[in-house]
Amino acid sequence: MASIGKILRRTFLIGSAAIVGGVAFGAYYVTRPAANPLKPGKGETALSPFVLIDQQGVTLFAPRAEMGQGVMTTWAALIAEELDVELDAIRILHGPAAAAYYNSALVGEGLPNKGYDISNFQHNLGEALGVLGKPLSLQVTGGSTSMKDGFERMRMAGATARETLKQAAADRLGVDRAQLKTENGTVIAPDGTRLPYADLAEAAGRIEPPEAELRDPSQWRLLGRSLPRVDILGKSTGTAEFGIDVRPEGLKFASVRMNPKLGGQMNGFDASTAETMPGVEKIVDLGTGVAVIASNTWLAIQAVEAIDVDWGDAPYPPDTAALFDRIAKAFDDAPNSTMRDDGDVDVMPEGATELIAEYAVPYLAHATMEPMNATALYSGNTLDLWCGNQAPTLIQLRVANTAGLETEAVEVHTTYLGGGFGRRGELDFSEIATKVAMAMPGTPIQTTWSREEDMRHDFYRPSAMARMRGAVKDGKAVLIDGKVASQSPTQQAVTRYTGLPGGGPDKVLVEGFFNQPYAVPNYRMSGYISDLAVPVGFWRSVGNSHNGFFHETFMDEMAHAAGRDPLEFRLELARPEFAPAAGCLDAVKEMSGWTGKTPDGVGRGVAMTYSFGTPVAQVIEVVDQDGTIRINKAWIACDVGLALDPGTVEAQMIGGMIYGLSAAVMGEITFADGEVEQYNFPDYDALRMHNVPVTEVRVLETNKYLGGVGEPGTPPSMPALGNALFDLTGTRARSLPLNTQFDLLV
Amino acid sequence: MATALKINGKTHQVDLPDDVPLLWVLRDEVGLTGTKFGCGVAACGACTVHIDGESVRSCQVALSDVWGEVTTIEGLGTPDAMAMIQQAWVEHQVAQCGYCQSGQIMQAAALLAENPSPTDQDIDDAMQGNLCRCGTYPRIRAAIHDAASKLNEA
Repeated sequence: MASIGKILRRTFLIGSAAIVGGVAFGAYYVTRPAANPLKPGKGETALSPFVLIDQQGVTLFAPRAEMGQGVMTTWAALIAEELDVELDAIRILHGPAAAAYYNSALVGEGLPNKGYDISNFQHNLGEALGVLGKPLSLQVTGGSTSMKDGFERMRMAGATARETLKQAAADRLGVDRAQLKTENGTVIAPDGTRLPYADLAEAAGRIEPPEAELRDPSQWRLLGRSLPRVDILGKSTGTAEFGIDVRPEGLKFASVRMNPKLGGQMNGFDASTAETMPGVEKIVDLGTGVAVIASNTWLAIQAVEAIDVDWGDAPYPPDTAALFDRIAKAFDDAPNSTMRDDGDVDVMPEGATELIAEYAVPYLAHATMEPMNATALYSGNTLDLWCGNQAPTLIQLRVANTAGLETEAVEVHTTYLGGGFGRRGELDFSEIATKVAMAMPGTPIQTTWSREEDMRHDFYRPSAMARMRGAVKDGKAVLIDGKVASQSPTQQAVTRYTGLPGGGPDKVLVEGFFNQPYAVPNYRMSGYISDLAVPVGFWRSVGNSHNGFFHETFMDEMAHAAGRDPLEFRLELARPEFAPAAGCLDAVKEMSGWTGKTPDGVGRGVAMTYSFGTPVAQVIEVVDQDGTIRINKAWIACDVGLALDPGTVEAQMIGGMIYGLSAAVMGEITFADGEVEQYNFPDYDALRMHNVPVTEVRVLETNKYLGGVGEPGTPPSMPALGNALFDLTGTRARSLPLNTQFDLLV
Repeated sequence: MATALKINGKTHQVDLPDDVPLLWVLRDEVGLTGTKFGCGVAACGACTVHIDGESVRSCQVALSDVWGEVTTIEGLGTPDAMAMIQQAWVEHQVAQCGYCQSGQIMQAAALLAENPSPTDQDIDDAMQGNLCRCGTYPRIRAAIHDAASKLNEA
C-alpha cells in the first residue's frame, strides 16, 4: 500500500493512493503535493483528487463550478476519454474545497503579453507560473480558464488510472500489460474476459502508477463531440440542487439587509415591529446590516424589510454624474499602465486624417437568476457551508476567519450555481450567512437575499470612459492612441480577498484594449485607475466588456473616416497580425453574405475582439419595423483552437452574446443619494424570447492554443450592435445603454 | 389554521399565514424546491407553476387564494418518467445554469396544452415573461417546436 510519506517524498506529475477498497488518482504540477482534500481516515493513505475507483464504481471530480458553461461535462470527458468509461455510467462530483484543485491557467493569464503573440517559451513560462496559483489557493472558476487548466492534467489523470488498472489486471492474469485493452469501465483480457475496474481498484492501490501516454486526438471517442450534459436531466426536471435548494435537517430561513449606501456604516436600528411579525425567530445585528431568522424565507424578507435602520453615508460621491466626473479626473493622472506602445503616436503621419472620440459605459449588475444565498451550520467548533460559488478555497479561508475556526474545521459544499458571471467569485454571501448562522449555533440557516437586496448590493462592472485618438490614411488606420479610465476590480478584489493593498499595472483594466490583433504602426494604449469606493467586481469578460465596445466602435469610426467597408478595413489590419482573427472575420463575412450594403430599413454592424485566447467576430443585423428597431439576426465565428465540445462552445457563444446585448440595449446601474436606483428586473431587464436575434455560429479550430469559451462571446456583441445601429440610422452610439438613444424593441 | 392544498396529486395541510405566497409554501414548507425564486414581483417567471392547468407566477398567489390543484415541475415528470416537453429539453440540451428552466418548462407546457402547434410569434408571446440570463432562448424555441410536433404525432 502506498504511504503518505512515499507520495510526499516524490515529485509526481500524477500520483495514486490506496483508499479503503479502492484507489484514487490525481495530478500535481509542483514538487510538493498539496495537502489532500479527501480526508483519509486514520491509518489510511492520502487520496488524490480527480479519479476515485472503489467498490461502488468510478467517481470523477470536476472541481470547477458548474454555472451553466458545461464545465462539469467537458472536464469529466477529459478524464473519461483516457480512462475508457462512459459518462452515464459513472458519478461526477464537484469536489470539496481544496488547495490541490488550484487553477494554474488563471495565474498564467497574468503575464504581460498580448496573448495571441505568445511564443512557446512564454506559453511554457505561463504554465510554469501556474504553480503560483497554489500558494494562493486559487481554486477559482473564472477567466474562461477551466479547459486550459484541465486539458493536459485531466487526460493524464485518466490515462494513468487506466494503465494502473491494466497493470493490476496483468499481475492478476499473469500476462503482459500491453496485451490488455480497456473499454467501458473494464479491462479486457486476451481471451475476452472482462474485469470491472471496481474489482481491480484495491490491487491498483498497491501499484506504483506506470508511465502513461496520452492518446492521439484521432482516437478520441468523446472529446471533439457534442456530448449530453451530465447535469441536463436534473436541470430539466427540477431536481438539480442549487444553493437555495439545500435542505439540511432542521433548516431555518433568513434574509438580510445591508447598507444600500454601499460600504457605509449602520448607525442603529429599531426592530420592534419585526420582532412581533409571524414566523420570526431572531433578529441578528451584523454590525453593518441586519438579518432576520424565521420559519420561512418570505416571512424573513417581510420582517427584515420592516426593520427601521439608520444608515451611514456612502464612502463615494452620491450620484452618477459625480461618479463619472471622478472617473474622468483619472485621465489627469499618470497612466497605471501602457501595455502597448508601438511606433510614435505623438507624430501625426503626413497627410493623415485625425479622429477624436470619447466613450462612456455605465456600471452593470450581474443579475444572476438565483439571488445570492448561502446556508451555514455552525456547531461552535465546526462550520458547514453550502452554496453555489466560484472560489471555494477563498471562501473556506474567509469564513474560517469569520467564525474564528481553523480552515480544516470548515467544510464548503459547492452546489450548482444559478448563474455566476463573476458574481459568485465574491465572498460576501458566504461571510454573511456564516455570521447569521453563528447567531443560532447548532441550527442550519439558509440566508437568502431578496432580488432587491441582490441587485443593490452587487460588485458591479465598473463604469468606464475612453478617450480615443486615431488617424487614417490611404484607407488604412495608421495611428491609434487610446486611454481608458475606470475603477480597478482587480485591485479592489485583492484588497477585499486578502486585506492587502492591490497595486502594480492592472492588465485586466486594459484587456481587450491593448491586445487587439490589428497591425497599426503607431499604437499606444494606456489604462488609468479611478480610485473610488463603489464595489466593483468581475463581470463576464471583465475589462473586455467595456474595452471591446470602445475599441471596436472606434475601429468602425476609423473605417468610415477612411471611406472603407468596416469589415474589409478590419480584415486588412488583422490578417498580418493574427490569422485566426482574420479567419473569424472571413467566416462571418461569408455566413452573413456581407456585401457592405444594406437595403433601407436594415442595418448591419461587425465587430471582432480577442479575449481569453479566443478571437470572436460577430455581425449583427437590425431592422426597422414601423419605427421600432429589432435585433433580427446574428452571425458568430470564433476560433477556440480545439472545440472539446462543439455544442457547448455554440451555447456559450450565443449565451455570451445575449448577455452582452442585454447590457448594450438596457443595462445600467445608476446612483442617487449614494444608493443604486435599480431594484429588480423591471428596472434592470435583459433580452427575452421575443427580442433575441436568430443566430448562427461557426466554430473554427486553427488557433494554436486552446482558447476560452465562456466569456469571449460577450465583448464583440456591444460594438457590433452599436455599429449596426449606425448603419441603420447614421447616428453613432458613443455610450451605453442604447435604449436611451434608439427606439429598440424591449 | 391549516390550509389544505392539493399539489401534484397529494393533499398537504399547510400551517402558515394566509398571505404567504404559494412559491414559499412550496419551497420552504412542502419541500418542493424545483420551483424557483427569481424576483418576487412576477417579472422573471422562474416560479411558474400550474393551477388547474393554467400557468401562474407562484410568487403572486397568496396561500389563501390558491383556487385549484397545483402542479409543479416535480409533478410534470420525473427523471425516470419525463413529460414530452422535458424530453425535448433534454434532447435539445437547453439548460445552461438551469435555474430558470423549471419555470420555462412549466410555461411551455401550458402553452402547448392550449396551442398544440404554436408559431414563432405564439412562442414569443407566451414565453417573453420568462427570463433566462444564460441566453438559452434559441434552444428553448427549438425544444418547444420539437415537443409540439412529437405531441401531434402521438
